[in-house]
Amino acid sequence: MPTETLWMIVMGCAAATFIWRALGVVVVKRIDAHGAFFQWITCVSYAMVAGLIFRMIIMPGSELASVPVATRIAAVAIAFAAYYLTRRHLVAGVLAGGLSLSAMAAWLA
Amino acid sequence: MVSGNAEVMRKAMLDALSLPAFILLFTMMGFGSLARGAGFGADMAAVASLLIWGLPGQLAMVELTSTGQGFIAIVFACSLANARFLPMVVSFVPAMSRGRSNLPGMLLDAQLLSINSWAVCLREFPQIEPAFRHRYYVTFAASILTAAVTGTLLGYHGAVLLPAVLVLGLIFVSPLFFALVLSAVPGRAERFSMILGCATISIAHYLFPSVDLLITGVVGGSLGFAAGRYWKGGDAN
Repeated sequence: MPTETLWMIVMGCAAATFIWRALGVVVVKRIDAHGAFFQWITCVSYAMVAGLIFRMIIMPGSELASVPVATRIAAVAIAFAAYYLTRRHLVAGVLAGGLSLSAMAAWLA
Repeated sequence: MVSGNAEVMRKAMLDALSLPAFILLFTMMGFGSLARGAGFGADMAAVASLLIWGLPGQLAMVELTSTGQGFIAIVFACSLANARFLPMVVSFVPAMSRGRSNLPGMLLDAQLLSINSWAVCLREFPQIEPAFRHRYYVTFAASILTAAVTGTLLGYHGAVLLPAVLVLGLIFVSPLFFALVLSAVPGRAERFSMILGCATISIAHYLFPSVDLLITGVVGGSLGFAAGRYWKGGDAN
């Protein structure tokens, strides 16, 4: 593809993402932060973010799909166990989960 | 309670460097290498990370470009993949306890938002004096954005070649980090929404893959909101 077309794609994607952010600003300027509408849209944001994370782990479009889903779920369980055993130490949880996934993938390969 | 400009900025940078900056560095390395494969220039990849600043949209852009889709289709897919920014901005801005009259400032804040800063700031804000929360957010977001752009360029130029199994672990770290951070979210309605969001996307992803996240937000969020109201009982949420 020509350079100009690729630049147009990048800038078009940036603008198309910014529209959602700007709409968020427009909405937040008009609403009551203690009202029901705010609570509803907060729930929508949590549902979307949780759904996105769930999709990344269970139905990944990345190379992660090459690791069996049971292995990914086991690594998540190990991460949560390490996180709570270390009194919510994020680095410990993330390291345990990432390393155990790598180890299981190496063992399966 | 953390307060004072210097102390808040130091906390923000330490919190970023404790994990999120590295996660973004590695994740964006993946994006940089994919962008190169799709024919983008290094400058384009870096600008994409800086200005789009939402990985699902960036990945949609790269995937559709490499399969030769048209401009409108690519931009539309990227936009849909990043639609979560609307509710994320709305739920995030009031938490900063800041005036809502400076429109250019608010737009800039919205542009800097990502899942990382959204999740980490909502977790850390209760420990930060309200007057200093905005400074914490901007410092944190700018730190991880710098790491992201650096990672994009490193990945583009193939600076680091890692064994395949280690790369798998690194890709896995990003969703894992969010899952751990969000597992401690208070509020019954928010928790219901997250569980119902996971349930909804399992179905929506197979039925309507291009708009699965929008459906997940509206259906999971509305059911979670309703469930939170129904089981509110005596406690204030």
